[in-house]
Formats: sequence, C-alpha cells, structure tokens
Amino acid sequence: MSRSMPISVAELASRARCHVARMVHRANASHIGGCFSLADILAVLYGEALDHRPEDPTWQERDRVILSKGHAAAALYAVLAESNYFAIEELQQYGQDGSRLLTHVSHGVPGVEFSTGSLGHGLPVACGKALAAKRSGWAWRTFALLSDGELDEGSNWEAILFAGHHRLGRLTAIIDYNKIQSFGTLSEVLDLHPLADKFRAFRWDVAEVNGHDHSKLCEALAGRRPADAPPLAVIAHTVKGKGVDFMEHRLKYHYSAPRSGEQLQEVLRQLERTE
Amino acid sequence: MRTAFIEQLIVEARRNPSIFLIVGDLGYSVVEPFAAEFPRRFLNAGVAEQNMTGLAAGLASEGHHVFTYSIGNFATMRCLEQIRNDVCYHRYPVTVVAVGAGMSYGNQGMSHHCVQDIGCLRGLPHMTILSPADAKAAKACVRWLAENPSPAYLRIGKAGEPVVHAAEPSLDGPCQIVAHDGETAIVGTGPILAEAVAAAEQLNQAGRSVDVWAMTRLAPARAIDVGVLARYNRIITVEEHVAAGGLGEIIRSRLGAHRDLRSLCVPESLEAVCGSQAALRRQAGIDAIAIVRAVICSGPFAADAGAGGA
Repeated sequence: MSRSMPISVAELASRARCHVARMVHRANASHIGGCFSLADILAVLYGEALDHRPEDPTWQERDRVILSKGHAAAALYAVLAESNYFAIEELQQYGQDGSRLLTHVSHGVPGVEFSTGSLGHGLPVACGKALAAKRSGWAWRTFALLSDGELDEGSNWEAILFAGHHRLGRLTAIIDYNKIQSFGTLSEVLDLHPLADKFRAFRWDVAEVNGHDHSKLCEALAGRRPADAPPLAVIAHTVKGKGVDFMEHRLKYHYSAPRSGEQLQEVLRQLERTE
Repeated sequence: MRTAFIEQLIVEARRNPSIFLIVGDLGYSVVEPFAAEFPRRFLNAGVAEQNMTGLAAGLASEGHHVFTYSIGNFATMRCLEQIRNDVCYHRYPVTVVAVGAGMSYGNQGMSHHCVQDIGCLRGLPHMTILSPADAKAAKACVRWLAENPSPAYLRIGKAGEPVVHAAEPSLDGPCQIVAHDGETAIVGTGPILAEAVAAAEQLNQAGRSVDVWAMTRLAPARAIDVGVLARYNRIITVEEHVAAGGLGEIIRSRLGAHRDLRSLCVPESLEAVCGSQAALRRQAGIDAIAIVRAVICSGPFAADAGAGGA
C-alpha cells in the first residue's frame, strides 16, 4: 500500500531507516552505515525542499536529484516509496533476484534520475543537467548527493572546477561528510580537511550544517538561488550508522548487515519503531 | 576529415536544434565555425574528459544530442567508464568523436596513437561504432548519426586523407570501393583503406585480381552483415588498430572458419621509434607494400613471394 497522509520529515527519516534495516537484513546487503548517515538529508529533500510530483516522476519542471553515492540506494528507495513513487511493499524486493531494486541505485526505479555505483560519476552529470537548464532558462534545480570518500575521485574536482567557472547557481552538491570511507577514516586514507575552503577556492558558496538537523538542512536546501549565482556546496556533517549505537562511527557497517532476527529487532528498537 | 565532420555537423545542427558540441580544449582551426554559429550549443569543457563525458550524459538526459570531441585516446580511454556507465547504460544520444584514428599523429608518439579504441568500445551496450575512410564517408556518418541518435563512437582521421569512396557509402554493410571481380578481397576500415586501394591497384595491374571493401560501421554486431564477402576464396583484413577487438576479429567472427583469412594490424608493442604515419604504417606492416605481400603470400601465389609477408 502507499502512504496516503503526509508525514513529517522526522517521521519520513525514521521510517526510511527502519525500511533500510529490513531491506539490508533481508538481502544481506552492504552499506547500511552510509544509508543511515544520508537518511535525514533525503527526508528533508523529498519531504520538504524538492519541487516534485511523485505521481508524475518525469514532470518536466521537477527538481533533479542524482544520488552519486549509489551504494546508498536502499535509503533513496525507502524515501521514494514513502513519498508515493511506488508501493512500499516493493521494498521487500530490494536486492532480490529479478527485482528492479538493485543495491546500487538504478534509473529503472520510478523517481530515480540516474544510475550510479562507481564513484565520481554523479556530479559531472549533474553539471550537464544544470547547464542544460541554465542555457534554456529552465527554473528547476539539480541536486547531487555525494559521499565524502567519493571526493577522492578526480572527476569530481573536474566538475567542481567546471561548475564554479560556469556559475551554475541552480546546482547544489550535498556532501554526506561522515568521515569514514571504504577502508578507513578520511583522516587515515585521504583527508579532505579543509573541505569548505576547497570548495570556496573553486568559487562555490558553502553551507556547513549538521546533517541530522532537519531545520538546518531545510534552511540550507530550501529556496531557489539565482541562476547565475555560484553553485552551492552543502557540507553535511553526519554520523555513519546514525541512529544505532553499535553502528555509529563504525567502518564495519559499510559492509555488514544486521545478521540475525534478534539483531534486526534491536536495530528497529533503537530506531524507535518495531515490527 | 576533421573539416568534413564539422561542416556536416553544422548542416545537421541547422535543422536539428538539439545538437550540442563539447570539445575537450581541442579543435583549433576546426570547430570555430560551429562555435560561432551555435554559441549556446557549443562548450569547451577544458582538459577534463571525464567531466566532459559526464556533462554530455547530463545534457543528453535533458534532450540534447551531444557530440564530444577530442584526440583519440583522450575522448575514449581516459573516460571509458563514463562512456560505459553514464552514456551507454542509460542509452543517451552521445557521440564520442575521436580525431586521429590509428597513427594519424605520427611522430607525436604513443600517447596520441589511437590503436586500441575499437576493441575497448565494441563491447559496450547499445554502442554504434563508425570508422569512415575519407571525408565523404565522414559526412555520411554524421548524417546517419543525426538521424539515429544513440550512444555512438565516430573515429575520424586528421586531415588530407585520400578519397577512396566514389560516393558517400552506405553504412549498412561492406561497401565495395575497388571492383575487379577478384577471388581475393581486401577489407579495411578507416583511413588505412587508402593503402588497400594503392595495393589493389598494383596487384590488379599485375594481373592478380583483387577487390577492396570498406567497413564503416563496426558495431553493433547485429547491424553487420558481411554476407557479400562470403564468395571470396581469400580475404585480407587491414586496420590501423591492434588485433584485439578489431576488424579482423569482427570479420572472422562473422564469416566463421573461412578457409583463408589473414589480418594485417598494428602489433601490440611498437618500438618507441619516431616516425610519420607512413613510416609507422610501414613499420607495423600495414602499408600498401605489406598488403601486396600478404595477398601474394596467401593462396596459390605464395611460392612467388619468397619469405616474409605479414
């Protein structure tokens, strides 16, 4: 069934995390930590900030969202289903044989603009969309959701240089800055600090926010900036595994799913929602 | 061939407002007329081919038919994953245009020699590969691409390639460019066909009848019908590309166990010797002399030729 009554951003984020826990558990999939760090950002986008029509996913005037950290597909699917893009029941098919819900995000799913999985692809494509809109005078905005580890990829810095030079004012890059990448912390592997200064040096505007504070995220993501403004980087400081004490800040949950039914119930209990 | 490409692209852009050209900081003295006539549909993305290709996918996703343009390997291998994931997987109408097919850049060295590109791109989903031999074929390719927007690769030479086609070729299959009712066919792709034509002229003057066929479209495989080649007893393929994934493999796979099929191609490891395109073709064993030798050394004339051959 589909959700019929609007729910709050907080409820959307909470439900999304619970869906993700069940999906990842059922599929024994990876990346629950990065889904949890992104959940509030997605909830604010789809519950508040975006101009979109779930009943018409290809509506020409919709804001575009590209999930460049495609491994967080489960979180996006959950938010899309809760937003009425498709039936919530279908989330059970995540990662299952024959399903369209691939564990890296797929444009075969209603509401998904673009498929990713390999890192460093989303922002250049988002630049292309933003450039198309700017040159055609279209008002819609483009959002690219990036992980922090993904900023190791040089293609992103090509795109960051490009977007600043061309003043793509309707482009927003949101960095899920949870400080843990695939095989270590950023400080151990490739430190991005000072990240805001890097974006500013490439002629972007920067907003640094707590990526789990819905009102601060709303403030940063709402509104339509002038088409010729600098692009905006929203550096969202987040916690990998946010919401479950034994998952928070843990590299392990880039890979591990809640294994047992008991562990899943504990996760759901901590997320303040049980089956 | 570069000029023919841009002239035809301008023709197509005048009647198709979706056409958009992105260059990777290259195209000096070639693309300026397009940029002047269509400034809002032209972009220099800078020396950043991954971003260029991602931009193309993004523009294509919003309704543009995008052509990206750079030197051979830069437009292809530097951003191969963007071509695969962003363009082909999404089936966006983006044509990657690589200038400098084969060893067109001669003494500029291996970084500029484009001899593995077809093999790299042939297996990508929904990918069309067009490899014109001359300016006439290049124009036919651009017209075809404008009429058939899809993921595509256009492999063109540089400038001054001899014209080998009497008219713009069809892209539906092999196109005969030397007809001598021969038992041997030389089949080539791209500007190297000028060497094949020169070889055929020598052979036909010597009374050894050979025909020459141009293969312009190399992918997708389902579009390639090489049935017209089945009647030949001997086939020599020639390409300015390595064996892996190239024309020889394509023809062999389509004709099956043909009784006499030899492939002339670029060795996988050429010595780091400075040379013009002509010198490098000679060194690689794909020039007209090598083709003549290959024809003589295959089949019943082999005893005449002595040692050697390709």
